[in-house]
Amino acid sequence: MSHISPVLWEFLTNWLKNSPLFPPEASTIAPYADALYFFLLAITVIGCLLVGGLVIGFSVRYRKERSPEATQIEGSTLLEATWTLIPLGLFLVAFVWGALLYFRIYNPPPNAMQVYVVGKQWMWKAEHPGGQHEIDALHIPTGRPVQVTLISQDVFHSFSIPAFRVKREAIPGRYTTVWFQATKPGTYHLFCTQYCGTQHSGMIGQIIAMKPDDYRAWAASSTSGSSLAQNGERLFASLGCNACHTGSPTSRGPNLAQVYNTRIRLQDGSTAVADEAYLRESILNPSMHIPAGYAPIMPTYQGQISEDGMIDLVEYIKTLHSNNRIQQTLNTTQLSSTQTNGVTPTASGVVKP
Amino acid sequence: MSSTNTIVVLPDQSTAQLPRKNYLNQEYGLKSWLLTGDHKRIGLLYLFSITFFFFIGGAFASLIRLELLTPASDLMSPDTYNKVFSMHGIIMIFLFLVPSVPATLGNFFLPIMIGAKDLAFPKLNLLSWYLYMAGGIFILSAMVLGGVDTGWTFITPLSTHYVNTHVVTAAMGIFIAGFSSILTGINFIVTIHRMRAPGMTWFRLPLFVWGQYATSILIVLGTPVLAITLVLVALERTTGIGIFDPTKGGDPLLFEHLFWFYSHPAVYIMILPGMAVISEVVSTFSRKRIFGYTAVAFSSVAIAVFGFFVWEHHMFIMGVSNYSALVFSLLTMLVAVPSAIKIFNWSATLYKGSITFEAPMLYAFGFFGLFTIGGLTGVFLGTLGMNIHLTETYFIVAHFHFVMVGGMLMAFLAGIHFWWPKMTGRMYPASVSQLAAVVTFIGFIFTFFPQFILGYLGMPRRYAAYPPEFQVLNVLSTAGATILAVGYLLPMLYLPWSLKYGKIAGNNPWQATGLEWQIQSPPLTENFVETPIMDHEVYDYEWLANKTAHEVETVG
Repeated sequence: MSHISPVLWEFLTNWLKNSPLFPPEASTIAPYADALYFFLLAITVIGCLLVGGLVIGFSVRYRKERSPEATQIEGSTLLEATWTLIPLGLFLVAFVWGALLYFRIYNPPPNAMQVYVVGKQWMWKAEHPGGQHEIDALHIPTGRPVQVTLISQDVFHSFSIPAFRVKREAIPGRYTTVWFQATKPGTYHLFCTQYCGTQHSGMIGQIIAMKPDDYRAWAASSTSGSSLAQNGERLFASLGCNACHTGSPTSRGPNLAQVYNTRIRLQDGSTAVADEAYLRESILNPSMHIPAGYAPIMPTYQGQISEDGMIDLVEYIKTLHSNNRIQQTLNTTQLSSTQTNGVTPTASGVVKP
Repeated sequence: MSSTNTIVVLPDQSTAQLPRKNYLNQEYGLKSWLLTGDHKRIGLLYLFSITFFFFIGGAFASLIRLELLTPASDLMSPDTYNKVFSMHGIIMIFLFLVPSVPATLGNFFLPIMIGAKDLAFPKLNLLSWYLYMAGGIFILSAMVLGGVDTGWTFITPLSTHYVNTHVVTAAMGIFIAGFSSILTGINFIVTIHRMRAPGMTWFRLPLFVWGQYATSILIVLGTPVLAITLVLVALERTTGIGIFDPTKGGDPLLFEHLFWFYSHPAVYIMILPGMAVISEVVSTFSRKRIFGYTAVAFSSVAIAVFGFFVWEHHMFIMGVSNYSALVFSLLTMLVAVPSAIKIFNWSATLYKGSITFEAPMLYAFGFFGLFTIGGLTGVFLGTLGMNIHLTETYFIVAHFHFVMVGGMLMAFLAGIHFWWPKMTGRMYPASVSQLAAVVTFIGFIFTFFPQFILGYLGMPRRYAAYPPEFQVLNVLSTAGATILAVGYLLPMLYLPWSLKYGKIAGNNPWQATGLEWQIQSPPLTENFVETPIMDHEVYDYEWLANKTAHEVETVG
């Protein structure tokens, strides 16, 4: 489009982008989305002008006063082919362009910073790995890709940042991810766009994009003192996970150290990658995910762990590089079993029925 | 009588009178209507009922627009607002748009257009109206008892576990009304296959009939899936089985798949009959056969077939596999093409025509403009990367209102104005009806065009309260809705007025070619004095010119 009249095109897009009828462009994805938007807008304007021109032109030229007798025409295969193939071609260009953008938005770069967001009626709870917890707000640094792992604790919600042109559904019972890289510091709307009940329109938060230095300062001043992994470690011990997942070759549960992102062979012969979703699922529905060589003895933890707790556990397992800490915890609990302040007061070493 | 800018040919008003015997005065009394097997009377029963529900749905629409005048939710509480937009959607979609053209104009004219005395199953036809009314009563009682606040999409687990309103009652209403659609669909398919008059081959069928046929296939194949889905929602809500509930091993995305498997084809159930009306109107008022008859006919069938394979485009942001999203986006692009084919063929029909601008044609022009915008903005949403930003915002609200209201409702009004003289035997005032068409078009543009901009700015749909920077465009939209309301109220005044004071229309005021225009207005109960023989092509204006010179078919 732009080669037809670059000056005019530049002028039009700049005028539109600076008008209040256009949302701010504040992420690396936004210019890509807007370029596609202008392409589709151009198709629409041309299509409407064409149809409008034909209808109005013919109406004037062939109105009854000027054209008292109609000339009957059966049709034209050539014309049918023309107006089948040209729209199809344009739509296919839109399809390919849109597909490229979709993969750009939903395939995060490998070095992205991780943030977890839990949606619940009617708030957004953001959790940073460093232990910063926020409600209806999310602080992020500019100039760095941020990957958000989303889940809902109750109904469908949708995590939408119009200024970044990204959106992803927060679904109960499964993780979804989206990423973005903010370009301009500022405060932007975070909307829940999926209807989620009474206070749906109150489920609005803020995305606070900060310069990297400001972000570091904020992160240092807002930490709760313990990271997600540390919370997860406490939960791991209090739920008695370490009783079976001791890390020793003879233990009843598989070794969890360095299990994250490895391929696991399951009992039924299939394999699965131990990503966040797999880890979460195998805690909630263990019998569905029995690794080869292990007995199906793990009980389900469905309904016993909140989604925040699940994130802590997953984050703990992700950072588990060796079994030293598990052994330490085990030794401590065996020395003084009364000190366990667990959610489930299970004696260590006993598998819950 | 005939001026240079109109084709209306009315009989001499000083001597003309309505036919002595017709379907309206065949029998009298409430019972003769409530137990009728006559497709024309059933069509009118439907017309009254859907008009009633349209005004309830329209009242809810007015409440929505009034609430959105200001950023805060001050006219009503968010809870009330949620119930209002849910009822607006449920009533407008299931009780107005889905049955609008097929059950009224289709019921009335499909048998006449193919030269039949009635539909294949008159009693099923009457039953379908009773089912429709039963469904409507369930939905109304859900409304009166306290409402539903799930939106018309009944998204789980919100609808099954997290709301405390009359979900099951409303769902049962839709379930029952769905069977009314299915019966109408079966009736149409059988009638078109088995009851065509001698000589009425498939390619002599009026395009209205092709459109109804494609719609009926969609209805018969799609609606049972909706019925099953709603039953599962009701079961999960009442007995707590875990079909959609993830904490019981269910899958909430399964609901989305099932629901949209019906509800996307339902979009075509709503628009195809409208397109069918437009074909008739455009041909009549440009005095020309439809350009590319077979292309228009088969594009309806193509839409019906492809329409079943695009449902996942409602779920692109819901964590479906990237690769399945690719497939569904591609199929969505394919389904957009037949609509473009239709628009271009209608435009080409005007070429070298002899065009006049009576109210039905003006409504059809309105349809062109609004449906073109609605269809092309659908391409935005079918484009994967763009869908992410636009879905669940006001952009999508604007898009489907352009298609459903701009397209379908304009086509419905075009059809009502086109066939009104045939149904009632009387004409409505020409200039007021033309004014109504123009007012509706302008009001519509003002109401929904600002919503595209709101959508790109990111305003989410279904918000009772919104950030203040969106207010200007919302005020504009509400102002437009006021004009639009005037546009809808005008026909409600002059159409009933015409029943008593309108000019006698005669058999064929528009000089149209369809079989329905060759019989008296209003028609006899048995439609034809003797079975017609279709010995000419459809839209054959030469045949019509020769015919009217020789014979006039009126009884009484």
